[in-house]
Amino acid sequence: MKKCYINGIGCISAQKTFDGGFLDEVEVNTTEVIISAKNPDYKAFISPGAIRRMAKGVKMGIAASQYALKEAGVVNPDAIITGTGMGCLQDSEKFLKAIIDNQEQYLTPTSFIQSTHNTVGAQIALNLQCKGYNFTYVNGAISFESALLDALLQIETGETSTILAGGVDETSGHTLSLYELIGLIKKKDQGPFDVLDPKTPGAVFSEGAGFFVLESQKKSTTYATLEAVGIYNTLRQNEVASFIENFLTTNNLKPHDIDVVVLGNNGDVAFDGYYNEAEMLFPNTPLVYYKHLSGEYNTATSFGLWTALHILKKQEIPQILQKNQLTKQPINRVLLYNQYRGKDHSLTLLNHADL
Amino acid sequence: MPNKVAITGMGIISSIGNNVEVNFHALINGTTGITKTDYLNTIHKDTLKFGEVKLSNQQLESKLELPTDHRFPRTSLLGAYAAVQAVESAGIKNMNEVPTGLISSTSVGGMDKTEEYFYEYFDNEAIRRFILSHDAGETSHQIADYLGIKGLVTTVSTACSSAANAIMMGARLIKAGKLERVIVGGADALSIFTVNGFNSLMILTDDVNTPFDDNRKGLNLGEAAAYIVLESESQVKKNNKKVLAYLSGYGNANDAFHQTASSENGEGATLAMQKAFKISGLKISEIDYINAHGTATPNNDLSEGRAIQNVFGKNVPVFSSTKPFTGHTLAAAASVEAVYSILALQHNIVFPNKNFKTPMEELDLIPQTSLLEKPVHHVLSNSFGFGGNCSTLIFSKS
Amino acid sequence: MENLKHELKTKIIEALNLEDIAIEDINDDDPLFGDGLGLDSIDALELIVLMDKDYGIKLTDPKEGKTIFQSINTMAAYITEHRSK
Repeated sequence: MKKCYINGIGCISAQKTFDGGFLDEVEVNTTEVIISAKNPDYKAFISPGAIRRMAKGVKMGIAASQYALKEAGVVNPDAIITGTGMGCLQDSEKFLKAIIDNQEQYLTPTSFIQSTHNTVGAQIALNLQCKGYNFTYVNGAISFESALLDALLQIETGETSTILAGGVDETSGHTLSLYELIGLIKKKDQGPFDVLDPKTPGAVFSEGAGFFVLESQKKSTTYATLEAVGIYNTLRQNEVASFIENFLTTNNLKPHDIDVVVLGNNGDVAFDGYYNEAEMLFPNTPLVYYKHLSGEYNTATSFGLWTALHILKKQEIPQILQKNQLTKQPINRVLLYNQYRGKDHSLTLLNHADL
Repeated sequence: MPNKVAITGMGIISSIGNNVEVNFHALINGTTGITKTDYLNTIHKDTLKFGEVKLSNQQLESKLELPTDHRFPRTSLLGAYAAVQAVESAGIKNMNEVPTGLISSTSVGGMDKTEEYFYEYFDNEAIRRFILSHDAGETSHQIADYLGIKGLVTTVSTACSSAANAIMMGARLIKAGKLERVIVGGADALSIFTVNGFNSLMILTDDVNTPFDDNRKGLNLGEAAAYIVLESESQVKKNNKKVLAYLSGYGNANDAFHQTASSENGEGATLAMQKAFKISGLKISEIDYINAHGTATPNNDLSEGRAIQNVFGKNVPVFSSTKPFTGHTLAAAASVEAVYSILALQHNIVFPNKNFKTPMEELDLIPQTSLLEKPVHHVLSNSFGFGGNCSTLIFSKS
Repeated sequence: MENLKHELKTKIIEALNLEDIAIEDINDDDPLFGDGLGLDSIDALELIVLMDKDYGIKLTDPKEGKTIFQSINTMAAYITEHRSK
């Protein structure tokens, strides 16, 4: 089985994550319930003829993928695999609203065309003239991990040697107002919001894109190797520990072999208990959290991966990400765990590039 | 066939039948399912025809014995209905005795509810449970929960090639040893959103669809759900399972030409077919029947026709599109046509490309217009979606 | 006719989201598709809807658009002859 090296990364998020640094400038939100992502200059990546039709998700996806490809020194990958929880929401809503408000008359096709879930992957391919394998996974909080798993399998078996894989989700007015209605999003008057000390249900929502170049070849830009990805549809809280232990055993590891655990706590008092269960397996391990910086969205784990890769490369955990005050040297193995409302559980295992 | 994966079960619901047997009889009797809509509340109800499943949501809920407070949109109703058949047909009694997953696909998801309740959600608390049913993944979760699957559940959404891609990914997970069994396929219900979307692209016909005909005017939208069960070799041996057919080849490529239109020379489609051949190890001449994507849009049929000629040269095997029977069922199309490909293999029969009168001016290609009995050992099935997504599956006799 | 041409340029810029283009940039005789303004088949569909909504002209065959939408001049001429709004 070939090793899977992560050689390039690109991240657009609520933080300024696209300029090559690692959280040098950070804005911690405690008062807003929906945060927009910070934008690079999209015109640097996309022609005016194309950009005029693009909603934010497509622009973020293209930009993030360009950063990743550039870093890895790849012009055209062999495959493009995208994950998105809600797809192209802005165009979906636009078209649907037009249908309803105009009683199905005078409908223009652009927003319909741009609303198909695989638009981001398709536009990236069009931009690059990449005729290779192109999949889009749309399954809530494991959309991105599905893309990673697919990429990992292809690299390991030697089927493909260079893959661009990523996750992207955008905020959108109507859908998020429905989410607010049913309590998925924090209520504005319930702040300040503390992801680590949740008192209320719901999460602060945001948007972003995280794209990664996965290759069978090690390079000077290599961050880490992707070792394994585990996905599970639904678990009770008392099943989390065995889910994690079984995953580690399959990879010939025990909990104490993990040097850093990255957790997807989002401040939802009703569901963050899952992470408490996970933590109990790692009493002496540095723990990292990130959704206080990224906000919650179906593919926010791509931001989590982005932080994990930097931690492995730099061999240190920035204070702002530390969930407990433990440290460890060297950092060789990182495990990420995420779930959303008790469903879409994922585990991602990374090794140091030299391991 | 070094990469073949066993297919041990299948299930389907479409406009020509609520199970495999009824679909088969419709195909051999030439009974198409393109009619006016009974359930869609659209201004186009008198001008357009659809491949509609003639069961209301209430009837489907009742057959599935769902509780009154369920939140299955129509896509999940259709999906669960077909998936249960597939599982039963594979003789699976204990769902999680070995690692078993579900890879479903959809483009509509819960859009039928989202469009129905767009504004009403704000005033009516009773229907708000459907808000969570909008996204594609949720329909897969609902089907998985209904089947009792605990494990890997995910969803592919690449427009009209979705189910082919779900099937492909399932096969790869079996071969990599990540799963012993996987239920793969797709479901899409009719919705006002898609009707108006396709209408705004001016690719719907106001008549019945006529694939590969020179005067073709566009497609009929349809709805359906279909699933097949893939199992590892060791599972088949251990349980002495009857293999319905093999998935022996698959390929996905991107046209990278335009967001909705296919390239004139069918490059993406050509690449997908070539990849499928490579995986299967089969020779071009070994294909006995092509179940074409054949949506009857001016663009697809020309592009696909060219691609078929690129790959097969002067020796194009018998081919047909079954979309005159079912309409274009979007994400489910490839799984519907997978079931039909398996039936072709089991019964040594090629289904007709109905409604065909005049060959396309540009190409020297004439589809099979009548039911044909002939030995069928290998079937190639194409499905192409928006975003240049081109997928090919090859099925082989067991 | 001059008012209509001006109106068309404004509507086209808005409907097709041509942010970087000003009315002065579009010459009456410039090809709208291919070279010139560089519009494509999706834009053609958008223009078909615009013709229906704003001028009451229904085109049933998208291929008709090829001749009608050649330039601002051809569009204005067609609309003047066939409009019902």
